[in-house]
Amino acid sequence: MTVLSHETTKANRTAGISVILKKAFFNALVALVLFSLMVGIRTEAGPTGQLTYWGRFGELASLVAIVFGGSIFIELLRQWLGPVGTEKLVPPAVQRGLAFAGRLVAPALLIFTLLVPVIFYDQRYILDLAILVLTYVMLGWGLNVVVGLAGLLDLGYVAFYAVGAYSYALLATNFGWSFWICLPLAGILAALWGVMLGFPVLRLRGDYLAIVTLAFGEIIRLVIINWQSLTGGPNGVSGIPRPTLFGIPLDNSDDGLAAKLGIEFSPTHRIVFLFYLILALALLTNWVTIRLRRLPIGRAWEALREDEVACRALGINTTTTKLTAFATGAMFGGFAGAFFATRQGFISPESFTFQESALVLAIVVLGGMGSQLGVALAALAMIGGFELFRGLEGYRMLVFGWAMVLIMIWRPRGLIGHRAPTVYLTKAQAISSDLVKEGHG
Amino acid sequence: MDQFDYFAQQLINGLVLGSIYGLIAIGYTMVYGIVGMINFAHGDIFMIGGFIALITFLILVSIGLTTVPVILLIVLLVAMAITALYGWSIERIAYRPLRHSFRLAPMLSAIGMSFVLTNYSQVAQGARVKPIPPLITGGYTLHESPDGFVIQLSNIQIVVVITTIVLLLIFNWLVLRTRLGRDMRACEQDQTMAALLGVDVDRTISMTFVIGAALAAVAGLMYLLYYGQVDFNMGFVAGIKAFTAAVLGGIGSLPGAMLGGLAIGLIETLWSAYFSVEYKDVAAFSILIIVLIFMPTGLLGRPEVEKV
Repeated sequence: MTVLSHETTKANRTAGISVILKKAFFNALVALVLFSLMVGIRTEAGPTGQLTYWGRFGELASLVAIVFGGSIFIELLRQWLGPVGTEKLVPPAVQRGLAFAGRLVAPALLIFTLLVPVIFYDQRYILDLAILVLTYVMLGWGLNVVVGLAGLLDLGYVAFYAVGAYSYALLATNFGWSFWICLPLAGILAALWGVMLGFPVLRLRGDYLAIVTLAFGEIIRLVIINWQSLTGGPNGVSGIPRPTLFGIPLDNSDDGLAAKLGIEFSPTHRIVFLFYLILALALLTNWVTIRLRRLPIGRAWEALREDEVACRALGINTTTTKLTAFATGAMFGGFAGAFFATRQGFISPESFTFQESALVLAIVVLGGMGSQLGVALAALAMIGGFELFRGLEGYRMLVFGWAMVLIMIWRPRGLIGHRAPTVYLTKAQAISSDLVKEGHG
Repeated sequence: MDQFDYFAQQLINGLVLGSIYGLIAIGYTMVYGIVGMINFAHGDIFMIGGFIALITFLILVSIGLTTVPVILLIVLLVAMAITALYGWSIERIAYRPLRHSFRLAPMLSAIGMSFVLTNYSQVAQGARVKPIPPLITGGYTLHESPDGFVIQLSNIQIVVVITTIVLLLIFNWLVLRTRLGRDMRACEQDQTMAALLGVDVDRTISMTFVIGAALAAVAGLMYLLYYGQVDFNMGFVAGIKAFTAAVLGGIGSLPGAMLGGLAIGLIETLWSAYFSVEYKDVAAFSILIIVLIFMPTGLLGRPEVEKV
């Protein structure tokens, strides 16, 4: 009996090799056809506008070879891992240990973040990158209110970021108002736009909502590009004033902070100040979100995400619920936009493309929607990982796109697949995100 | 210049543009109807189709082929075949593993795929606009007003419209009269039930992507012939417009996709002719929002059933 089964497995394995080879040949053939014209032939417009072309068969051959080798490798890997899957490779004890460590991640991360300017004081590049990551953390947490909590799929979130950035830039350059007056104004204006977007989409569900928000984002961007007299069109707005520490400028002048404190001036002071500013804004977003989730309105959002019909049957006003979700999310987008404008000192429509919306949405989904820690980790992974490919300019978005596809296949539910519940009876238990509906609108 | 003549000319231009949008929109609507996902990469498949048509055209011309109908036929077949394979591979790699996953996962994977295709094309073919000389020239003067304004119907416009009509007829026959079409309609109704009754759901979905991509390739070729150029970035804007058209017509409905495409083409052309070119996209998107406010499922869409 055992001999027999042993024989069969052996037979299977040898059959497996021919199957693997057959598959690899097939994949290589498909790759050959796919890449034949796009990679094998390169076209370029000559000086007279006449198109010329030349063959690149070496590149074509190596790509096909990579596909051939790659599919053998993946197939072998799959056989080796077998039906066990990657999840069960980790023993339960280690998993429990990881879960315990997981609870310490958030405080540890926060303490580390607070210390970043102290540790990396001399490394301007790392500080700039940290500010960028925190901006996306804030945007992610803002969009999380709309997508993760209220379940409304928003593909045009960057529009509110743009509204915030332009509000601050225009108010500050035209009226000379300080950052601290403009910041709340930018948030309020963005929230108003959120309500304006909210009204037409109140009756829409799911994918109709997605296209309308996408269209809205494009409309805002196109208006910014074309309304030259107000926004400067494609040239953008420059000379946006830097933020001050409640009236004290962070510059080399006699009224500057450095002169007042009697220390030597350094441009890093401003970077550190910006770092703590965005950290404070991001933490504010996080704190407000966590608080709101416990209030009736936050629970209404989550109820709306789970089942709109049941929501209405329970007497929840879905109109105000949706509008507040849009307005809250938009407001945080507006704050982040105002911060972006003051950090850059220059803004143009190029910073507010659909690509940015997709990036923020990817951060929210990858983080495991509704999980605040997950969003922060995803922002770190996406923006930080993105920076690794800074040298390969042309290949950067290519790698980013593949990363999005592969991560979705690997973990469709995001990095952190469960989260703390909002309400519970006696004991808080983590909820698997499989039990949570998202993006239904 | 007669006001009516000018309007008639714009109407012709709008209908031609609209048929290109309609061809792309069918791909969106078919995939949405059967799989229930928005294939964000579809606009980029259209762009790839345009590029493959351009490269095939260059090769054919340089080996000394001069008969225009022969060139067009070969370019059409090659572009459809290779682009269809793109559609098939994308479904296998990026969408099939996520078919039973939760809703946002395939959408993000599709957005990722769209970035991949755009940048793959940029890396492989460069970022510059690729022009070709006009292949189909000439046309007819339909009417000439006393002050010299003429209503033109160029041959290329006739080719675009006739190709679209022929393809739609073939496609209609395919969906309504063939085994594959019946399988597709069954999967649209209920995938599990269709599978129980012996429909190969995987194969049907693959074929949906293949047909959608082939139609997008034709749209790419038509775009290349009509505008005389392609570039790596054209997929995004055309894709959003076609997606808008599909939603406007009622996503999931095939006649709706064509109607929506024509509507978007007309709105865009007429707006550019009478108001401002800069705001033509704003006009198209605003009309979409307005239509959806009053008809939340689009022009020909079925009302969604709410399950309690």
